[in-house]
Amino acid sequence: MKGLKFILSGLVFGVIMAKSEAISWYRIQEMFRFQSFHMYGIIGTAVILGVAIVYLIKKFKIRDFQGNPILFQDKDKSWKRYLIGGSIFGLGWALTGACPGPMFVNVGYGYYTMLVVIFGSLIGTYLYGLIKHKLPH
Amino acid sequence: MLDILRQPWSWYASGAAIAFIMLILLYFGKSFGVSANLRTMCTIAGAGKRVKFFDFDWRSQKWNLLFLLGSVLGGYIASTLLKSDQPLQLSNATIHDLQGLGIHFDGQLNPAQIFGLDFISTPKGIMVLLFGGALVGFGARYAGGCTSGHAISGLSNLQLPSLIAVIGFFIGGLAMTYFILPLIF
Repeated sequence: MKGLKFILSGLVFGVIMAKSEAISWYRIQEMFRFQSFHMYGIIGTAVILGVAIVYLIKKFKIRDFQGNPILFQDKDKSWKRYLIGGSIFGLGWALTGACPGPMFVNVGYGYYTMLVVIFGSLIGTYLYGLIKHKLPH
Repeated sequence: MLDILRQPWSWYASGAAIAFIMLILLYFGKSFGVSANLRTMCTIAGAGKRVKFFDFDWRSQKWNLLFLLGSVLGGYIASTLLKSDQPLQLSNATIHDLQGLGIHFDGQLNPAQIFGLDFISTPKGIMVLLFGGALVGFGARYAGGCTSGHAISGLSNLQLPSLIAVIGFFIGGLAMTYFILPLIF
């Protein structure tokens, strides 16, 4: 089954998010209050290794499992959408203690009220699509 | 082995494992970004008929939905087979600050005061969770990505826009933490 590898990757991701406590509302509060290195250590380690991974893939022109070149898309050059959109995202992240991945991991963990947060995030996504053309990007 | 996995994971092991997930998705010819699934779900619900932004072939994102399904299963495994019996080691300073907001630290991952059934059955509780989620969904799409797409994938590819987005995450996060949370709780 072609999709199995994605389910398994997601499963490992979910375990990592839960066991690292990155899905914890408390940990996100601790991060935004600069009272522990924990979350910065997680994201920092991932980014430092990630930079090395992307560099090596580009340098050695590493291909994916089907033999296609691995391509990286540059993000659109702008700042407004990233700064404004990012700030709105941050407000919600600190309030709910969950970004999109952890919302779903939390549901699996047994925090079923997180389904309300997910429903809210779908409304927010829809609202963005609705008024996208009126927003500065 | 299971005993080791059951302990809370260190930041370096967790960070390395996240980088590995990014690598494995690249090897599968995909790119790591969770919030795109929210758009896909809107499309599946029929939003593409009314709004052009959602009018795309969602099957190209089927892999990402499967990844998301896997992450729910991963959460379940972490809460059963790999559950730790130790309380979360939150810093004393945070416990103290939250006490000031009237939020009691209970040693779990999330406070029952916000995610318990008591709070969500009040109009205020349901508003907080719905509105918080809406900010995340709206902001993630506006910024073109969330923590995985910008902070991990984007920064790994040295994208300046992703750095700006992460700075935005903190502007919003700090504003919520220091100015708005005290008004809500």
